[in-house]
Amino acid sequence: MLRYFLMRLGSAIPTLFIIVTIAFFLTRAAPGGPFDQEQTLPPEIMANLQAAYGLDQPILVQYGHYLGALLHGDFGPSFKYKDFTVTELIGQGFPVTLQLGAIALALALGAGIPAGTLAALRRHAAADYATMSLAVVGIAIPSFVVLPFLGLLFGIYLHWLPVAGWEPGSLRHLVLPVIALALPPLSVIARLVRASMLEVLGSHFIRTAFAKGLPLRTVILRHALRPALLPVAGYLAPAVASIMTGSLVVESIAGLPGIGRYLVQGALNRDYTLVLGMVILYSTLLIVMGLLVDLLYAWLDPRVALGR
Amino acid sequence: MNARFHDFAHRLRANPGALFALAIIVALTALTVFGPRINPNGIETLDWLHMAAAPSLQSAHWFGTDRLGRDLYARTLEGARVSLSIGLVASAVSLLIGIGYGAVAGYVGGRTDHLMMRIIEILSGLPLIFFVIFLTVIFGRNESLLFFSIGAVGWLTMARIVRGQTLSIRRREFIEAAIASGAGTGRIIFKHVIPNVIGPVIVYATLTVPQIMMFESFLSFLGLGIQEPRASLGSLIADGAGEMEAAPWILLIPGGFLAALLLCLNIVGDGLRDALDAKES
Repeated sequence: MLRYFLMRLGSAIPTLFIIVTIAFFLTRAAPGGPFDQEQTLPPEIMANLQAAYGLDQPILVQYGHYLGALLHGDFGPSFKYKDFTVTELIGQGFPVTLQLGAIALALALGAGIPAGTLAALRRHAAADYATMSLAVVGIAIPSFVVLPFLGLLFGIYLHWLPVAGWEPGSLRHLVLPVIALALPPLSVIARLVRASMLEVLGSHFIRTAFAKGLPLRTVILRHALRPALLPVAGYLAPAVASIMTGSLVVESIAGLPGIGRYLVQGALNRDYTLVLGMVILYSTLLIVMGLLVDLLYAWLDPRVALGR
Repeated sequence: MNARFHDFAHRLRANPGALFALAIIVALTALTVFGPRINPNGIETLDWLHMAAAPSLQSAHWFGTDRLGRDLYARTLEGARVSLSIGLVASAVSLLIGIGYGAVAGYVGGRTDHLMMRIIEILSGLPLIFFVIFLTVIFGRNESLLFFSIGAVGWLTMARIVRGQTLSIRRREFIEAAIASGAGTGRIIFKHVIPNVIGPVIVYATLTVPQIMMFESFLSFLGLGIQEPRASLGSLIADGAGEMEAAPWILLIPGGFLAALLLCLNIVGDGLRDALDAKES
């Protein structure tokens, strides 16, 4: 197990390194720079600014410095948010984004798995059709449509929940964004669980379990659920990607102070270090997630050959 | 092939939901094409006397106007037409790339297949959407780049499906007959493999249309896709989300349009796939 984990870790690091390198050189290849403004700066000031941020050095030297700092967890100074380092900006916003995303993922799993199981057990009955119809809606309609619609209904017309805004520790402000974020992965999970549960329920060992006289509850929880969850484990990394992408728009609609806005704004402002930091952060999260999924897979299905 | 097609058509007819959704798509598409002709308002015309006016059949603005006084009927239909055409064109592009790539990988097999699939695995493991956002912004927001980046996302799944289909037929007699009669690899792929996998593959492709439309409207929502004064459903929804308290129709009309289109396209795609795959039903 440990050897397998180390091997996967060993292949994750080069991937990350390639991503950092491509991202670094792409930002530098782009036309325009972080100090372009309406008024052109006098050349001396421009030269000073460039020198202060190390932009006057050869690009390979800049790349070396960047990598060196990165190894110490330093993403460098932000070019546009003066007096802030990228690490500080991300540090301020990330807890909000993480909280939002973690709750959304928990909801997607916590509601999607039971919903899919129920649909499989009540195949071709009303509960099945209702769940699967809702799942189509959840998959088809993007979160940037769902969230404003929910805000209009529950915020503006019914006054149950705040439409937008953020207070530290207030869960009320997170309800609508979390629902909007969780809905697409929740629907996919419900579908996956339904399909794989149907397959598992048709297999011999489940028939044996029933034949032994085990109650339905035990058969599902002790025998059927674990193999039926394999496709869900495979979907976890895409689910996290979907939630991260969704939070780019959801945070801006709901006015949450997360890090979602930095990616688009940073790129528009040519804030090299900020964009790089965001891309690296998101890539690392995804790669770590992929690693965890592999381990989870091995735990759920011992047939998955470890160390292969 | 013919008998299979009959089965397929029969199972599709037995699915009233999918047929109903198809009818709605046809109606909405017709509306986006012919609708603008029965309304005098242009998409950029500003009506200073009616800014953020509510929808009304009595006035000239059936769906109301936005905060600059632009007619929402004209803009929503324009946006829907843009979104639909991007969805269709980009799906066609990803279909072409996917068929070529998948058929070669599946038919040639061996080390080539292994390498080609490994590339797909790596590409789909990358947080592609962030790179797309990143590229769109850095290399300017032009529409050809938009098509390119959307197509780049779409073809990966397509190639996997085509490869799977190709693997299932590559040992069949007609392929062996073609090899025996001296046909080259290229000829076999184009004349024998692709024509025989294309049916099921096109069915799967119908599900990429709504995915691509969703992606396009997502980019336009962020302000990275279609630019003002042109409209896409995504950019209209972004406008509307900012005004929803005072003028909810600016959000509800394009949002409802996008929701209806995506929902119906998904239902049709699911219906086609289920009709093809008898095991499911």
